[in-house]
Amino acid sequence: MDITRRRLLILLPAAAVAWKYVQAGTPEAAPNYKLTEHWWSMLIDIPKCIGCGSCVRACAEENDVPEGYYRTWIERYHVADWKIERPDVESPNGGKQGFPPNEIGGKNFFVPKLCNHCADSPCTQVCPVGATFVTPDGVVLVDKSYCLGCRYCVQACPYGCRFINPKTDTAEKCTLCYHRITKGLTTACCEVCPTGARQLADLKNPRDPIHEFLRRHTVQVLKPHMATGSKVFYNGMDGSVR
Amino acid sequence: MFKDVEHLIRLAVVMAIALIAFVTLRAVVVPHSFGQYGHYRGDAIREIAARPVAFAGHDVCESCHTDVVEQKKQGKHVVVPCEACHGAQARHADDPVSVKPAKLDTAVLCARCHEANSAKPKGFPQVVASDHSGGLACDACHQPHRPKIEDSTEAKPATEGKR
Repeated sequence: MDITRRRLLILLPAAAVAWKYVQAGTPEAAPNYKLTEHWWSMLIDIPKCIGCGSCVRACAEENDVPEGYYRTWIERYHVADWKIERPDVESPNGGKQGFPPNEIGGKNFFVPKLCNHCADSPCTQVCPVGATFVTPDGVVLVDKSYCLGCRYCVQACPYGCRFINPKTDTAEKCTLCYHRITKGLTTACCEVCPTGARQLADLKNPRDPIHEFLRRHTVQVLKPHMATGSKVFYNGMDGSVR
Repeated sequence: MFKDVEHLIRLAVVMAIALIAFVTLRAVVVPHSFGQYGHYRGDAIREIAARPVAFAGHDVCESCHTDVVEQKKQGKHVVVPCEACHGAQARHADDPVSVKPAKLDTAVLCARCHEANSAKPKGFPQVVASDHSGGLACDACHQPHRPKIEDSTEAKPATEGKR
């Protein structure tokens, strides 16, 4: 085919479009990681949690979470005998520096919280631009280059797990340390937990110890009545936990 | 059939141009990975996965610090991962010579886990630090990698694990 002036004029814009993609390239994915072979979840053993705040600090460091915002946090519950339905819940600074002593009666315990990585997540359903989604391996992520910062998802999450990053003005949340789990590591919060109260689990891996744990224990998810398909399982959770 | 078809042809041309413009613009504006897995940009998954890690993981630590592993095996802190106390050490693991971990303040670190709190599990060892040591640093008596004090000769400051 001869390159005439006419053909060149037609080809130039097409080449310009193609060149953009050649330059941008495809980001390097983790080698040997197959999206379809995993279904990530987390197990939280409430009777093991000592409220030290290691997970909150590790999360902030691993993910550059701005000060005053939390992708994971710890709540301290105080349930007095006469008000099981109205527990006192506190989370000073997300539990980042631990909790001040409180020698009081009743039932007291810690509940670590994070994104529940719901299989039927309300937050992804309300996104008007496709900026948040459930990955094929079961992690709810935010594409910050697509997020408009409209805050629909922040309101939609029944667990209060999302916030607007004040620097980028986009929605932000726990990624289940997606950059770590795709490299074969565990999440930062699970990595530093001194008592093993938090365990990353892969529900699609038949050799994962979570299956044995789920068989032998009575576990619950947060707000099961909302049918979000939450994948963060809590062992030994009191009925007062919201 | 029609007397004057010219205006229809003009309309068809205008619509065809609009359609071509729309299809072209869409191809340019919508990222090529959009819709690869669903109604979102497939490359977003790979971009998020490409973020560097800050915490190396205890397997990495243990591959060099075998002496500390042996010490920890003798005590209850065997279950405590290295970076729970020492903080994120991926940079140290990548370049152990020039990046050295910071010295730790046991008064703060130990208290985070072991300061008494009614919400902590009953079986977990807890002390009221001011009553327990009277202001003395924890590592004056306890070796953090093997905290149990078996006899007085073993109570010495933590110097093991350093190279």
